[in-house]
Amino acid sequence: MATDPMAEIRAGFFVECEELLESLQDSLVLLQDGRTDSETVNTVFRAVHSIKGGAGAFGLDALVAFAHRYETVLDALRSGQLEATPEAVRSFFQAADLLQDHVRAARDGAPPPEGAEEVLRTLEALIGGGGETAEPPPDFQPIALDFQPITLSFDFDALDEPAAPARWVIRFRPTDALYASGNEPLHLLRALAALGSAEVACDTTAVPPLDALPPEAALLAWRITLPGEIAEAEIREVFDFVEDVCALEIARETGTGAEPPAVAPAGVPGCAAEAPAAPQVPPAPVDAAIVDAAPLPAATPAAAPPRETSGRHAPPAEVSATVRVDLDRIDRLVNLVGELVINQAMLAQSVAEAGLPPNSAVMTGLEAFMMLTRDLQDSVMMIRAQPVKPLFQRMARIVREASAAVGKEVRLHTEGETTEVDKTVIERLAEPLTHMIRNAVDHGLETPELRLAAGKPAEGVISLTAQHRSGRIVIEVADDGAGINRPKVREIALARGLIPADAALTDAEIDNLLFLPGFSTASQVSALSGRGVGMDVVRQAIQSLGGRVTIQSAPGAGTRFSISLPLTLAVLDGMVVSVADETLVVPLSSILETATLAAGDIRALGPQTNVIHLRGAFVPLYDLGAELGYRAPLPSYEGAVVLLTAQEDGSRAALIVDAIHEQRQVVIKGLQQAYGRIPGVAAATILGNGRIALILDTADLVQTASGRTRISQLALAG
Amino acid sequence: MSTPESPSAEVELLSFRLADEEYSVDIMSVREIRGWTRATPLPHAPPHVRGVINLRGTVLPVVDLSVRLGMAPVPGDSRNVIIVVQVGSQTTGLLVNAVSDILSLPRSELQPPPDLLADEEQSFIEALTIVDGRMIRVLDLRAVLPDQSAEAA
Repeated sequence: MATDPMAEIRAGFFVECEELLESLQDSLVLLQDGRTDSETVNTVFRAVHSIKGGAGAFGLDALVAFAHRYETVLDALRSGQLEATPEAVRSFFQAADLLQDHVRAARDGAPPPEGAEEVLRTLEALIGGGGETAEPPPDFQPIALDFQPITLSFDFDALDEPAAPARWVIRFRPTDALYASGNEPLHLLRALAALGSAEVACDTTAVPPLDALPPEAALLAWRITLPGEIAEAEIREVFDFVEDVCALEIARETGTGAEPPAVAPAGVPGCAAEAPAAPQVPPAPVDAAIVDAAPLPAATPAAAPPRETSGRHAPPAEVSATVRVDLDRIDRLVNLVGELVINQAMLAQSVAEAGLPPNSAVMTGLEAFMMLTRDLQDSVMMIRAQPVKPLFQRMARIVREASAAVGKEVRLHTEGETTEVDKTVIERLAEPLTHMIRNAVDHGLETPELRLAAGKPAEGVISLTAQHRSGRIVIEVADDGAGINRPKVREIALARGLIPADAALTDAEIDNLLFLPGFSTASQVSALSGRGVGMDVVRQAIQSLGGRVTIQSAPGAGTRFSISLPLTLAVLDGMVVSVADETLVVPLSSILETATLAAGDIRALGPQTNVIHLRGAFVPLYDLGAELGYRAPLPSYEGAVVLLTAQEDGSRAALIVDAIHEQRQVVIKGLQQAYGRIPGVAAATILGNGRIALILDTADLVQTASGRTRISQLALAG
Repeated sequence: MSTPESPSAEVELLSFRLADEEYSVDIMSVREIRGWTRATPLPHAPPHVRGVINLRGTVLPVVDLSVRLGMAPVPGDSRNVIIVVQVGSQTTGLLVNAVSDILSLPRSELQPPPDLLADEEQSFIEALTIVDGRMIRVLDLRAVLPDQSAEAA
């Protein structure tokens, strides 16, 4: 495939499909909200139509067939024959989901998805049910910017002839643009041949000798005759998507086979007569001729962006110039900028060591350099940032499917779809979020009967929101269901042996039991969310992104999961500290304050555990050097420097370090790939002196440490 | 245990010293040789993992080969070297006392080790050979450096 230029065009088509599917979903949501103006309806129609068009050019028959029937129903909506009732919109959504499946299946070469027929029948029932393959409306034209006037000669008299109509004669001469937009005459000719017994003749008169052959020019033309019984509209439909990039003439055969053997190029617009020399290629059977012709346009795939015309059909609401760039290139840029940041730190260190005066030219230059590096880094990170919208749209589909599966009425409310976050974060968030949404539908929301009994509307609401909050992105999944059944959760945890029988747990701690590995509400496994993955997997996935997930739940009012994630996986603001001759970086986002301990601050809780008394609250104290195994615990912590850290769930911990050095931006280097996961360590970074320093994951560190004395810490944290 | 079949009859080995013994690895798995750098220790790591170093912007784990083979740790001074090897997709640094030589010998001169050693070290040795009267052990890097991700999982 790598050597196939068509593959590139094909890939481009599928990228566009994704965009079209997105705009389709958007418009369907508008329809659902009662926005039935023609612009919305047209956008829906256009998206499906463009997908069908592109698919036709690539010979993706199953996709074309599905899109065509979908389009037919949408056309009824467009022409006002069909109302956008909630039932209709629901069917449209279903069909849109299936269309997406069809597109994916076509892209991956997988068999078409099942259940299409059922959905289509439901759809077609809306317009009075016939499985009749209505042709696309003849008045429709894709809103392409580069439309060319085309000359068509209709033989209307012939249409009126009732019996034994004369054969159709189709003269088809592609222009350069046809090949450039990724179309393939072979498919068109095959489609024609499928209509009836076709006679195809290739006209090669315009082809010059090989040495004068313009490689990108479209020089071949075809003359096709078809049985007269075929409706003209059917023939036109074949050319539906190339009308504007070819010269086409469809007429009834007038004489008795006295047709000229070749198409005359003169007078056909769009067909440049750039080939004066006589052809040397003998007339060939259709397949052979096409095989000959195909390499001509295919040799220069980059000449035009793939399916450019169809891409213009559905411009986004705010048009801004964009470039499609391979992700690898951006990643390389990100890496390079990372190197630059490290390099700049090294330079700064050696300049500092050289003992230059602070107002020297070198120092001021270096400061400007640092500012520029930071700006550059921010800009590069922005390239990787993408809105969470596609992710949310996927979740909308999950909600639809999940609610249908369990027979609940659910409405998804989304907010902050334009919030941008690193692309990798978006990709890796899809799975945990899917699971959380399924959970919310399956376990979070009550059945309609229970809801009505509780005085709530039958329709449950799941809200999915994204927002920026103090340098992180916070994504929340909330339902208005019954809330966490805490006695039951406790019971299960007890039964699984996760907590001792006499554990005194606060509500928040009980809620957090859901995240424990081995906690699976197996007694209520359903096809939907009981897939063997529990919330612990969700938490793990989010933690691997440097994120945290927390729960808030109120009985009768619902449950809210908050995921807090770093904006980027590439840089981090950290505090550089030293512990037992080792340099460590603590993420600034987790540090509340720093303090020096006085003798009276420290209270021994047990032989191994200490707490400090800070402004009326007891905070567990951890000796970082001992926790990481760098040294034995210090005999006395008097005068020690502590970092007071806060976790997402509000619990705090004090970490003892030997010294605090500076606060700076560091480049995150993954450890997982090189070594594997280390408890308490999130990643590594490279310092100005070229050495590697570990970046701590304070929440994980505290959890690992408190695992030893779990119960006492549990009691303490409340 | 047997020598892997290879179309080439010659095999090139990088030999190095651990304590007073001579070991070697197939030169095809060696990416580069670096001078001693102090490694950043990793918490909760097994004793043979010396830590991580910065290899031109990437994080490279360093294994003390001597400890891995059940001997005393390499002291860690400027005369020691780190041999960067690639096993599968994993790149690792091996801390050794010193690099001695590059040996080129016919594959037929490699012998499987006698099957009588019971200690762990034996499974790390893929073959033995004699060069100039010295016995040289050829290490099986896959056994010395098992897949970390699989181990961690």
